[in-house]
Amino acid sequence: MQVEILTPDKSLYAGDADVITLPGINGSFQILDNHAPMIANLAKGQVSIKSGSQEESFSVAGGLVEVLKNKVVVLV
Amino acid sequence: MSNQKEIRARIASTISTQQITKAMKLVSATKLKKASDAIIRMRPYARKLQGIMGNLQDSVDDPSLSVYFQNRDVKKVLFVVISSDRGLCGGFNANVIKRTRTLLEDKYPEQNKAGNVTLLCIGKKAAEYFRKTGVKIDERFIGLFQHLNAETAFEAGDYVLDAYRRGEYDQVELIYNEFKNAATQILSNEVILPITSVATGTHQHNDYIFEPGKIAILQDLVPRSIKTQIYRGMLDSLASEHGARMISMDKATENAGDMLRSLRLAYNQARQAAITREISEIVGGAAALEG
Repeated sequence: MQVEILTPDKSLYAGDADVITLPGINGSFQILDNHAPMIANLAKGQVSIKSGSQEESFSVAGGLVEVLKNKVVVLV
Repeated sequence: MSNQKEIRARIASTISTQQITKAMKLVSATKLKKASDAIIRMRPYARKLQGIMGNLQDSVDDPSLSVYFQNRDVKKVLFVVISSDRGLCGGFNANVIKRTRTLLEDKYPEQNKAGNVTLLCIGKKAAEYFRKTGVKIDERFIGLFQHLNAETAFEAGDYVLDAYRRGEYDQVELIYNEFKNAATQILSNEVILPITSVATGTHQHNDYIFEPGKIAILQDLVPRSIKTQIYRGMLDSLASEHGARMISMDKATENAGDMLRSLRLAYNQARQAAITREISEIVGGAAALEG
């Protein structure tokens, strides 16, 4: 799936990923390939993206995530 | 002779002025590039926000959000006036000031008379002007352009939202120069609070799962989109400012060139007149000796 992390200032991340872990309002959750369409609120915490053997992590202070057609867009 | 000297001095000073305006133009061109890049970088973010907002449109009549949508009796108004910190950018600031005055006089005359309009000035120039008039101004974010980024802009946005929610203001109006291209700015004013229409446009309805729920998402989304709107206004204004300065400095450089041309012509004429005079004096003197 494709992942994009956007801030109003810049794009923090854009690329493919296998797993993305997000800090949800009610605890953290993961999104895998072919997830159903979803819009979720994010709390303060860490967003980590796993792609193959690589893992990247970003801290966010809340935000939103939209999942649609295997594309994940995180707005922070 | 003294005329020649005077013209020479003027030529020298015009040349140095021209060098300054040329340098300012180049600096503005670089800054314009940076500022317009920032606008382009925030576009995907704004577009996505709008898209999500469109998908949630039908749920916005929820009472806990109504504060942002409700049309209250407009007694107290906040203007967010975005000008620049520096001058020498043509009519840029004058236009903002003029529009603000027009709004005060034509759109909100009663509130203005009652002293219920506050100007939240971002950028020094508008504040400098309105300080001399009787209007209330709020200068807490005046120096925002010194380090403008999403964080500082959102801080200002949070302040506006809080003040509106607490009922300190019933309506918020944003006045700024919208960036079209380097040569064109469109002066805009829009009511940002209460929200009059939710972003429409092309969006498909998808069957989303909402986590934790539509309302919770809207509670985050609505303020976020207003803050984004304010931030966009600031970025637009910044890019417009550099564009306006670039154009006006280009004009100034050109004018200096024209002036130099006519000064050089005058200088040469004066020089030739002096030579002619000297020759005729010599010839006249020689003729007197012969005679």
